[in-house]
Amino acid sequence: MHPNEHALHNPEFLWRNPDPKPSYDVVIVGGGLHGLSTAYHLARNHGIKRVAVVERGWLGNGNAVRNTTIIRSNYLRDESAALYEHCLKLWEVWTEELDYEILFSQRGVLTLNHNLHEVREGHRGMYSNQLNGVDSEWLDAQAVKEFCPIVNTSADLRYPVAGGTLQRRGGIARHDAVVFALARAADRLGVDLIQGCEVTGFDIQRGRVTGLVTTKGRIGAGKVGLVGAGRTPLLARMAGIEVPLQSAPLQALVSDIVEPMLPCVVSNALHVYVSQAHKGELVMGAGRDPYTSYAQRGSFHILEDQMAAALQVFPIFGRVHLLRTWAGIVDVTPDASPIVGITPVEELYLNCGWGTGGFKATPGSGWVFAHTIAHGAPHALNAAFSLDRFETGALIDEHGASVAVH
Amino acid sequence: MKRRPSGGLLDRDRALRFSWDGRTLSGFAGDTLASALLGNNVSTVGRSVAQGRPRGVMSAGLEEAHAFAQIGEGGATEPLVRSTGVELYEGLVARSLSIRGVLSPETDSGRFEKRYAHADVMVVGGGPTGIAAALAAGLQGARVVIADEGPELGGALLRDRYLIDGRPAAEWVRAAGLMLAGLPEVRVLPRTTAFAALDQNGIVLAERVSQHLPIADRSGLADRRLWRVRAKQVILATGALERPLVFPDNDRPGIMLASAARAYLHRFALTPERIVVFATNDDAYRTVFDLHDAGVVIAAVLDARDEATGGLPRKARQAGFEIETGAVVTGTIGDQDGVLQAVRVARLAGGGERLVPCDLLAVSGGWDPNLNLHQQRRGATRWDDRLATFLPGAAVPMQTIVGAANGRYGLNDCLVGGREAGLAAAAALGFAGTVVPAPSAGDEAEGEHASVWHITAPDGDESRSFIDLHRDVTVAGVTRALGAGVRHVEHVKRYTLIGTGVEQGRSAKVNAGRAVAGGIGLDFAQVGVSSGRPPAEPVPFALLAARSRGALFEPVRTTPIHPAHVALGAVFEDAGQWKRARYYPRPGEGMSEAVVRECLAVRNGVALMDASTLGKIDVQGPDSAKFLDRLYTNRIGTLKPGRARYGLMCRLDGVVFDDGVVMRLEPNRFFVTTTTGNAGPVMEWMEQHLQTEWPDLRVWLTSVTEQWATVPLVGPRAREVLAPLVVGMDLSKEAFPFMAVKDGVVAGLPARVARVSFSGELAFEVSVAWDQGLALWDALLDAGSAYAITPYGTEALDVLRTEKGYIIVGQDTDATTTPADAGLEWMIAQDKDFLGKRSLERPAMQRTDRKGLVGILPDDPGVVVPEGCHLVADPNEATPMTILGHITSSFVSPSIRRSFGLAMVTGGRARVGQRLYAPMMNGAPAVTIVDPVFYDPKGARRDG
Ligand SMILES: Cc1cc2nc3c(=O)[nH]c(=O)nc-3n(C[C@H](O)[C@H](O)[C@H](O)COP(=O)(O)OP(=O)(O)OC[C@H]3O[C@@H](n4cnc5c(N)ncnc54)[C@H](O)[C@@H]3O)c2cc1C
Repeated sequence: MHPNEHALHNPEFLWRNPDPKPSYDVVIVGGGLHGLSTAYHLARNHGIKRVAVVERGWLGNGNAVRNTTIIRSNYLRDESAALYEHCLKLWEVWTEELDYEILFSQRGVLTLNHNLHEVREGHRGMYSNQLNGVDSEWLDAQAVKEFCPIVNTSADLRYPVAGGTLQRRGGIARHDAVVFALARAADRLGVDLIQGCEVTGFDIQRGRVTGLVTTKGRIGAGKVGLVGAGRTPLLARMAGIEVPLQSAPLQALVSDIVEPMLPCVVSNALHVYVSQAHKGELVMGAGRDPYTSYAQRGSFHILEDQMAAALQVFPIFGRVHLLRTWAGIVDVTPDASPIVGITPVEELYLNCGWGTGGFKATPGSGWVFAHTIAHGAPHALNAAFSLDRFETGALIDEHGASVAVH
Repeated sequence: MKRRPSGGLLDRDRALRFSWDGRTLSGFAGDTLASALLGNNVSTVGRSVAQGRPRGVMSAGLEEAHAFAQIGEGGATEPLVRSTGVELYEGLVARSLSIRGVLSPETDSGRFEKRYAHADVMVVGGGPTGIAAALAAGLQGARVVIADEGPELGGALLRDRYLIDGRPAAEWVRAAGLMLAGLPEVRVLPRTTAFAALDQNGIVLAERVSQHLPIADRSGLADRRLWRVRAKQVILATGALERPLVFPDNDRPGIMLASAARAYLHRFALTPERIVVFATNDDAYRTVFDLHDAGVVIAAVLDARDEATGGLPRKARQAGFEIETGAVVTGTIGDQDGVLQAVRVARLAGGGERLVPCDLLAVSGGWDPNLNLHQQRRGATRWDDRLATFLPGAAVPMQTIVGAANGRYGLNDCLVGGREAGLAAAAALGFAGTVVPAPSAGDEAEGEHASVWHITAPDGDESRSFIDLHRDVTVAGVTRALGAGVRHVEHVKRYTLIGTGVEQGRSAKVNAGRAVAGGIGLDFAQVGVSSGRPPAEPVPFALLAARSRGALFEPVRTTPIHPAHVALGAVFEDAGQWKRARYYPRPGEGMSEAVVRECLAVRNGVALMDASTLGKIDVQGPDSAKFLDRLYTNRIGTLKPGRARYGLMCRLDGVVFDDGVVMRLEPNRFFVTTTTGNAGPVMEWMEQHLQTEWPDLRVWLTSVTEQWATVPLVGPRAREVLAPLVVGMDLSKEAFPFMAVKDGVVAGLPARVARVSFSGELAFEVSVAWDQGLALWDALLDAGSAYAITPYGTEALDVLRTEKGYIIVGQDTDATTTPADAGLEWMIAQDKDFLGKRSLERPAMQRTDRKGLVGILPDDPGVVVPEGCHLVADPNEATPMTILGHITSSFVSPSIRRSFGLAMVTGGRARVGQRLYAPMMNGAPAVTIVDPVFYDPKGARRDG
């Protein structure tokens, strides 16, 4: 497709820019993808009319537009597979439902394995996926080469490619377009999108939330959903809730625009994950910085290491240029699974901890969170992802399983 | 444009041939690709991305939005290189690009490398400001690094006719360069771009080492070099960038920045025939003077300001130029190729248009300080009305922004400011050396800059008034975005793609911000511009990877015994960075035959392996026992000197972290082994707790992984083989029982011998100094030759330990497995605390339906069910199926002569006796759940 074409897909009208009303039935804090998706589903699935999203910056300014847009559902644990597969099924209908060209492309996500241990874990994931109804297949090195010819499968590599697992239904979408699409859809359903409105405190009376203190004044709320991604610990603290999150920078980058050459998404345990966007630029993610921070910039050596790792697998990328790098603050839980559910404060709900991999969850995250808010109790799909699992120990560990951080 | 017969900074004696889109053209040494193209009358250098409009060179530097080319051939071909920064060389091959760059699958012979440097003062930019700063600091004795992206120092001085101390500026530059070269602590880096600014004054540079040389002359040289400089003080003398103006058809070949027209004259001796100068500030008048003096016809001088009262406009009037104030370009006309032929001129106040023929339109929309590096550090900017641009707010700590980068455009200001910054930086670091007087130049009083940026299309059609020339975004595009409800510049960027091109929309940003502000009736200062992100200039991926390519990607770690494995024809596996022998095939053997032979040798004769990769930590100090008791789930403190114990560690969440053997050598000294993969993590874990949690403990740790080579000698004949090699060491089971450790001499080498076993057989684990490992191996092989001693690899070890039901952490366990899940509840001491204990008390950790370690026997003894297969009770259930667990280890056992394995299943051993299924795409083999110990369950064999 033409490099500028998707700019032309943007519709003539996106959203109103309303002032906040004195109160709403539900206020969603955080105008990232998950906040917008939640608001959209509150209106669409549950018919709740008076909904607002309050956003401290501009819609999507956080991880929503900083991520590498990889979409897949091949998670290891049964609970995760069910939730992410629900998300992927929604992606498959979203272009039509949202009536927006979000450039969702199921080009396949290929996860390379470079040693015996990774091969064993790769197979474990694949078998688990297959039994969970998630498409997954194994490609040996030869098949990898055929599927993605620019992968270096030479045996002379420092860590030769042993093979990989492929989820053909995985892929990418255009994050900016998803922000626009969701915001427009929510706006059309009457949701007030209030930008430049930072939440600085909560009104909590006898254990129940009744409103928010914001930079645009007090806003009354029957229910409040916190969807602050990396800034969740700060928000939760305002409500007196401790969340087991570590916020750390995760970097990504784009190259200049080159001829189409990478037909799928490729990732591996060397912390490279790369795809070629529709315009033609390579979009690449790196490992997470090893320290906690709210500064949206990462360490340079992470980029250096990542490039070295990328050129192992893709020597052809040597002379492509690094054009822009940036970092987002990811909210990582001890078990690398999200927290979606109720909190100790009545009518205050929490959706966070998607960490390095929540873009793919955008549709389902909002879908189950809206259900949770509307019913005051979680949906079956997110019941296991409760905050109290860190007290009971019923963790949903996705660390060992998914070698990649996306 | 035409090349003048003389002049410019060219070496006329060196004509260079180069190829452009397959045509052979020529230029001179000193040309850039852009100037060489202009010199050959190539006015269209590419097509625009969206509308396919012809585009020409519009700048002589960083501002360039059009002239990007594919440079070089074969594996070294590089896409989207800015032609205004490419030095011409003999044989250069370049192609115009239509939108997308091309990469080559061929091998790239270019080498990229890295250097690291510390500086007292890092000066970024080698124009007058930077030179003055570097000189001042350097003369004070400071260690200075000064970098400039050009091939020589001088910056803006190279394109203008300034006088310094009454003499041509070039003379001052030359003299300053010589002085800098004479200062031993000063490093001048030409052809070097600072592209990233990191926390704590890290500056990352890209140096073009040989890119400007003909290919044949590059051998032995790096292509580019990445410098990571850590500086105590940073002086940003990065200058300012000229901004284009927005009007209908403002993108034609033949329209360029006013300063670029001077650069092409003074540096490259290129002139148009008739020029129109369209100014919004005084600097553009230099173009009028200089081009006029070079014989160019000044067809019109338009100044968008109501009045032009600064020094330069006044001079221009005095010199007889007709200056039209309040006049602007309202459109341009091109020939059949779209190249500029004439401009439409009108007064802002209204009235008719007139047509002015010309072949060059020089525009100046004003100047923007080049603040990318400042912004990378989150440095603030503030709008300045007088200069109509964003100036830096306060500099970040230990940095100074001077000269044009600080909005001080006058040359004298730059020289004085640079010198002061250099002196101040050196003084702040305690230097006090020579101070030379400041050079001086006479600055003209400058008038205000016009706030005009956009000339409305007379016919209202704003779809050819380009704001982002690179990405083809017009005023109409921005208007459309605003109409959609978009307000923030970042949304406008994402809606229109402004600023997403290779040049990061450098020359588009301010105009984009103004378009937004104008469109929604806000103050521009509030709207701002979209943020700059690193890198300031694009750099190839290969530069960041540098030498970490191919075999040098990561070090290969081998043990001292490695040559012996190679000689034996071992097949290796990667275990982290280590190479480990997986099996030793004999002629005609595949892996399975070799593994069976190796296993049987262990079980029935004698065998040896290289276990040197195991992590080893020497733990010393009076509190060592207390310390280890807190780390391990089982009791360590009760261990007697000379004895060893299997130890298990948990993470804070109660999950199994690592296992190994703990030996007590002396009351206050332990020797701990870890798994190969966890050598680093365990060491870190220990240090972390010693340093941050229990600093009161007197314990000292030393990693000795690469101090000891370790060879287990295993099998019923092991004692017989070892006996003749030891001196004064009683190997009998009474004198040297299981889990005893002795120091002594083996094969003439000082050695530590431990009776530990991971296979269930009699085993003596012999450790010697790392560099004696091979001698030990050879001696054991030699001594065992009469017993058909057999080397065995990790694959056989895996089978042997699985037969015994011994787990491998990370294979049979994962990040959810507790000690009890792994069948190791007996290792949890009830009477002490340890890391992870509290987590193990949580309700979910106590449930009886947790996954637990079991053995499996496939119904078909000839079928090895693949590791990773999941187990279900009903193979015919529809997906998603009810998963009960998965197979963690699966092999053929030479000892029980059938397939077998280990699995983690819900309920663990409560399922012993049940039949489960392992569904795969091609069938669902049945397995029976059994006890996980398949061989010698009583442990009768370990004493031999
Ligand atoms: C570099 C990088 C690469 C990634 N790659 C992938 C990938 O390939 N695939 C994938 O699935 N996921 C990926 N992710 C993760 C994904 O981006 C996130 O999990 C997801 O975007 C988080 O949800 P969100 O969009 O709602 O978050 P955000 O966009 O961060 O939304 C949170 C919002 O809350 C607002 N907010 C915070 N505090 C307040 C307050 N006090 N008042 C008002 N508003 C507030 C913030 O301004 C922000 O807009 C990546 C992340 C990063 C950083």
